[in-house]
Amino acid sequence: MSHPVWEVFRQERRGQPFEHAGSVVAPDADFAEAWAREQYGRRGESVALWLVPRDAIRDVEDWADEFDLKYRRVDGYSIKARLKEARERAGTVGPG
Amino acid sequence: MNEQALLGLADDELVLGWRDSEWTGIAPLLEEDVAFSSIAQNEIGHARAVYELLAGPDGDADVLAFDRRPEEYRCAPLVELHLLEWAHTIARRWLYEVADEIRITALKQDSDTAVAGLAAKIDREEAYHRMHAEMWHDRLRDEPRFQAAVAELWPHALGVLPAELRGELVSRVGLGEVEATERGTHTDELAPMWEEMTMVRRSAPAGAQW
Amino acid sequence: MAAVEIPQEEQAFLEYVQGGGQVETTDWMTDDYRAKLIKFIEMHGNSELMGVLPEREWILRAPTLQRKLALTAKVQDEVGHAQLIYRVVEDLGKPREQCLADLVDGKAKFHNVFHYPTKTWGDVGVIAWLVDAAAIISQKALLKCSYAPYARIMKKICWEESFHILHGRDVILAMVTGTPEQFELVQEALDRWWGPLMQFHGNPIPSDEDPMYLWRIKSQGNEEARQQFLDGYVPQIWELGLTVPDPKLRKRDDGVWEYTEPDWAELKHVVTGHGPKTQERLALRRGFLEQEQWVRDAVLAA
Repeated sequence: MSHPVWEVFRQERRGQPFEHAGSVVAPDADFAEAWAREQYGRRGESVALWLVPRDAIRDVEDWADEFDLKYRRVDGYSIKARLKEARERAGTVGPG
Repeated sequence: MNEQALLGLADDELVLGWRDSEWTGIAPLLEEDVAFSSIAQNEIGHARAVYELLAGPDGDADVLAFDRRPEEYRCAPLVELHLLEWAHTIARRWLYEVADEIRITALKQDSDTAVAGLAAKIDREEAYHRMHAEMWHDRLRDEPRFQAAVAELWPHALGVLPAELRGELVSRVGLGEVEATERGTHTDELAPMWEEMTMVRRSAPAGAQW
Repeated sequence: MAAVEIPQEEQAFLEYVQGGGQVETTDWMTDDYRAKLIKFIEMHGNSELMGVLPEREWILRAPTLQRKLALTAKVQDEVGHAQLIYRVVEDLGKPREQCLADLVDGKAKFHNVFHYPTKTWGDVGVIAWLVDAAAIISQKALLKCSYAPYARIMKKICWEESFHILHGRDVILAMVTGTPEQFELVQEALDRWWGPLMQFHGNPIPSDEDPMYLWRIKSQGNEEARQQFLDGYVPQIWELGLTVPDPKLRKRDDGVWEYTEPDWAELKHVVTGHGPKTQERLALRRGFLEQEQWVRDAVLAA
């Protein structure tokens, strides 16, 4: 594409994450700012914007998952059975 | 407060806002269309705020904005021109913003605190208009169409300001001082604009709600 | 966990999107999906851009400062929507310049309602209240679009449209509680807009024959959208003492609205470029595009 695209990230309220909101086609940062200000802020919907040329963004989309790395994820732990056994041993199993 | 000068300011902002709002939907780039429309809306908002100040707490800004005869408006000829072509539109925007900054800066020093306060508010919003105008001026400064439009509108731009403030405008714009198209008489473009602007409002009795 | 891989085969891709799978710009998609998506989304963008034209005349004639500002802001939103939408189309592979060229050359379509004239301030109210209401129903059905970039912009679009309906309703209420002449302006505008409004959602196509539904681009069939419009807005119209120019319009006991069959031939005739204002409006767009080409060249050149 010949025309420069600027990605717009907006923050809705102070403290919130910046989220991708869309893009504007603009020749430079000044035009991108003038235009993104209105497109993403005229109704008070943003308190801050980050403007980034699309080319500056590195897109990362895939991870290898060949080996058993369950220990790194929440679903890799099954607490219930062991907890039940521990409570039974300690005599602290509650009603029901 | 100098009511005539304030009315001139309000009428300038109203009429220029009206002219600029005509670009909504047909500007050269969609992104600019959106941004430009905000500027037009802001101008009308400024006009409304000044009319409200002039009308007082029991007055009605709409009455001042719409219910005078064309010859009673105090706007400068620059804003009346119907310029539905981009080089002229941006040239006018830029010239007007430079002139208006000089005018507003003076008003911020007004002895009437209500006027000074309102001028300060307007100035803070106009800062963004100035950024926008400078951005376009930078981009188009070498474009012959733009240069020609600026030169053509220059006498009108001088007429936006009272004589004692024109020196500053001359040095900022960088063109030689010429005979100004003075405020006080109207171009023949104002009356047709006023007709269209007021046609719906005049179709109902005065005081009708819309 | 392996990233979700989109199956690179027609039937498997269809099953993927039908099962709720989302597609991003750089994902593989079938040529058919991409082509249908571009055409559908482009028509939406064209409609927003053409929808500006019937309304912008009234910006200049608005009877109060507040109405002037509100109407300008509404039309500005529509231009903003066009910008969002054409960006999506461009990222799918069709440049904005091409979309605009096809639009003004009559090669691409836009919604029926924007081919009709606006005649009075009553139209301004009816359009903002009812045409935008019909549009928002269609747009809400796009919020879960399988093509994620389009679904995401729909959220902003729907949010902004909600302001338009409020504005429209306010304009209408001011007039129906004003002078008898003002009430009549609203009724007369409604009488003219009812036909196009009933045609707006399109002729009823069974969902399993509607590619837009099958590819989960939209989540609602045409008739369902129309029923939703009638259910939401006919009571609002009637409660103001306004009448709808369809003697057959009524809600059955089972909740289904009956109405006179819309003129589908008229709809087809209009969207293929023969509406009362089609050529004039396309010519206006074409004129300004040509006049201002130098600006785009000056701004977007390196």
